[in-house]
Amino acid sequence: MIASKTQFDWLPLGLVPVLAVLALPAIGSPSSWLTLTVAGLAMGMIIFIIASGLTLVFGLMDVLNFGHGVFIALGAFVATSVFGLMADWTASESLGRNLLAVFFAMLVAMAVAGAIGWAFERVLVRPVYGQHLKQILVTMGGMIIGEELIKVIWGPTQIALPLPTALRGAFIFGDAAVEKYRVVAVVIGALVLVAMLFTLNRTKLGLLIRAGVQDREMVESLGYRIRRLFVGVFVAGSALAGLGGVLWGLYQQNVIPQMGAQVNVLIFIVIIIGGLGSTFGCFVGALLVGLLANYSGFLVPKLAMFSNIGLMVAILLWRPQGLYPVTNR
Amino acid sequence: MLNRLLSHDLPRNRWLAALLIVLVLGLAFTPFLFPSTKALNVGAKILVFIVLVASFDLLLGYTGIVSFAHTMFFGIGAYGVAIASTRLGPGWGAVLLGVAAAALVSLLLSFLIGLFSLRVKAIFFAMITLAVASAFLTLASQLSDFTGGEDGLNFKVPEALQPGTQYLEEPFLGASIDGRFASYYLLFVVTVVLVLVMLRIVNSPFGRVLQAIRENDFRAEAIGYRIVVYRTLSNVLSALFATLAGCLLALWLRYNGPDTSLSFEIMLDILLIVVIGGMGTVYGAVVGSVLFVIAQNYLQDLLKLGGSALEGVPVLSQLVSPDRWLLWLGILFVLSVYHFPSGVVGRLRSLTRRQK
Amino acid sequence: MTVLLQLQGVHTHIGAYHILHGVDFEVPTGQVTMLLGRNGAGKTTTLRTIMGLWAASKGRVRFDGQDIAGRTTPDIAQLGIAYVPENMGIFADLSVRENLLLAARNARTVEQMDTKRLEWLFELFPAVKKFWLYPAGKLSGGQKQMLAIARAMVEPRRLLLIDEPSKGLAPAIIQNLIAALRELKRTQTTVLLVEQNFAMARALGDQVAVMDNGQVVHRGAMAELADDEALQQRLLGLSLGAHQ
Repeated sequence: MIASKTQFDWLPLGLVPVLAVLALPAIGSPSSWLTLTVAGLAMGMIIFIIASGLTLVFGLMDVLNFGHGVFIALGAFVATSVFGLMADWTASESLGRNLLAVFFAMLVAMAVAGAIGWAFERVLVRPVYGQHLKQILVTMGGMIIGEELIKVIWGPTQIALPLPTALRGAFIFGDAAVEKYRVVAVVIGALVLVAMLFTLNRTKLGLLIRAGVQDREMVESLGYRIRRLFVGVFVAGSALAGLGGVLWGLYQQNVIPQMGAQVNVLIFIVIIIGGLGSTFGCFVGALLVGLLANYSGFLVPKLAMFSNIGLMVAILLWRPQGLYPVTNR
Repeated sequence: MLNRLLSHDLPRNRWLAALLIVLVLGLAFTPFLFPSTKALNVGAKILVFIVLVASFDLLLGYTGIVSFAHTMFFGIGAYGVAIASTRLGPGWGAVLLGVAAAALVSLLLSFLIGLFSLRVKAIFFAMITLAVASAFLTLASQLSDFTGGEDGLNFKVPEALQPGTQYLEEPFLGASIDGRFASYYLLFVVTVVLVLVMLRIVNSPFGRVLQAIRENDFRAEAIGYRIVVYRTLSNVLSALFATLAGCLLALWLRYNGPDTSLSFEIMLDILLIVVIGGMGTVYGAVVGSVLFVIAQNYLQDLLKLGGSALEGVPVLSQLVSPDRWLLWLGILFVLSVYHFPSGVVGRLRSLTRRQK
Repeated sequence: MTVLLQLQGVHTHIGAYHILHGVDFEVPTGQVTMLLGRNGAGKTTTLRTIMGLWAASKGRVRFDGQDIAGRTTPDIAQLGIAYVPENMGIFADLSVRENLLLAARNARTVEQMDTKRLEWLFELFPAVKKFWLYPAGKLSGGQKQMLAIARAMVEPRRLLLIDEPSKGLAPAIIQNLIAALRELKRTQTTVLLVEQNFAMARALGDQVAVMDNGQVVHRGAMAELADDEALQQRLLGLSLGAHQ
């Protein structure tokens, strides 16, 4: 029963190009298809960034943060303030300045979201380790409170988050228009993915996280204080959600306090599809959801929401533990 | 006899009993005690919520299942009556048809969801119900030909319940005896009946098994109870009661739209009430609903007072703005989960136990 | 004979169940102490209590003179105690290499690990070398057990707690296991070994403690017990001849 070396399961990843290819005849025009596919990939990347923290936190410590959405909203709103302060940079024509402004907004958003994440874990989550029911209730409560506090600070209505000048518009390929910002989002998403995979697979810290997801007790028996690790992962996850919030806000070009709750549902679907605790599964799931949302939004707008649920059911029927199940769960 | 009526589930605490009597009498005589339109609306809303929250507690407090699809069944009931009355014209036939159709749809959906709940872990289930409820909300907004879309459906109720129908020329003891009066008492009677039925259910052998499953499902299965069956039944019953609550809501409002019955905020309200009132106790739904709805309507006035005192102070004034009442309720909610896990009712009951 | 680990009147409750009813015994330094007893006697619970995975409700656990009852598991492990649980605790999705790296607290990367020690481990456990890059979950039962023990030995530890390593293994593999553990013995590492296989116990043990109903009912040298068939019958319900 000797298997080959760490073999990679290509099948679920393969679903992404398969889906894209199947959509082409349904959509008809290649240029629309290109626009939609890039939009889908961009959306998928953003969702992945947001959801990756959540799935790791659940995999590692069995904590499901139903309030994860609050970090998304927080990041987005912080970005509006930063952009407000850096208005001349975002209005400038220079791509360099625009990118720097965006970069700066992302940094601040991540810092704020991470800090609030630390407080969230300390105050709300820590007292209810191991009690799933209370976790669900308490983290939801946290989201309500967070949303209301956002309204207190930034006001209850939506705020526009326009793209900086040089990032507006689209690249034109023949008939197809591919929005510049979406390409940027895909690039950023890919960078985050690479950084995460590198950390997880090539550093001892990552090794600890991957081991902890499988068998927390054994990692402690080997002498590692895994609780500290958990706080770190929670903070990182919140920071990533904040980053995702900035990207999402720019994608929609506007932010509302309820956006956290809205995206929450999508990310839950994604991490269920991917397999709770699996980063790569989350990535594939996010891409599938992003693509499907855009394709179905074009083909059957009224049923777009159902397409995601349909996808989830289909995948669960095929692999009840998700696309890349984590062993020992 | 009272014992039998309440299925031997007595309040077991003097304060709680007193509170319940006051609330029940208050609700029973609202049209006479508080004749304003606003008060009647508050009363009706309380009644609807009592049924809605009690049915949720059946699932959460007694069976230990978190389901975010509850508002979906609420909405199905409301839309059932609304759509039937719109399409078939006002009248009892339409209402009954709407109720029956809604009940059937809820039965089917809850059955499917119930079966599914056994293939997946609790967390999965919670997330999936959240997704399904969101999808349903979107669906209701999208199928505007059928459901009236975002604007919802305005419809007429049977003549007996219409506001214009006057039974007595003159007000009697302060209350005008008209269709609204009749509607209110219809809601009251149905609510009382449903609450008593639910008390009967949770105190029956079936209810006991549910609680056993909630405590330790492995053991329950080992003893021989098929938890699939019990969980599914619990799901179905809970959904049916929620559907009936929805029908009552529609009859009272003479309107239904996505925000009235399907919104996520209502789900949060239910959670808040069930935790603050007390999980696993039907009375918790009663006490909690009253507290919550009154707070929702009158707390804002209270906050306005606080707001005017802190006028002009930048962040603080926003904190006590009446629009931010949900913030304070959220904080209360989180505190309740930690310190009041059994809610108001549980707290009161435990006082009795300690005295003994 | 110095004592490295000492349990005095240790009681452990798991929920409502009272498992250990006052466990008393000692583990001398540099020797292999066997912990024997029927199923359900409390052997695994004892190991887990020492390791801090379950809290002792009463009594003392002293390691090298320090009280460790009540400390957290990572702290206890950091004192130099390695634990090989009954289910081996192998991280199935990680490679053999990664499993070992994880256990090597002083090394950030594989290059930083003690090469000589690794070579020694490769000699003792050829499977570890052979399947170095493979996911640990793909190994056979016996190979996993070797990996689990190798992991406990990847850095010098003061005390090894091993729970039923021979469980479910074929006799031939058990022989390999005994050989590997004999090598370990040569290094004078202190070991507390839980076993049901008496032949293995006799081959490796210097001292023995027998448990029954959550208490230690016999303590002494292994040689003594090995020669006394009547005692074996009484304590363990078997005679040596029946088990090879």
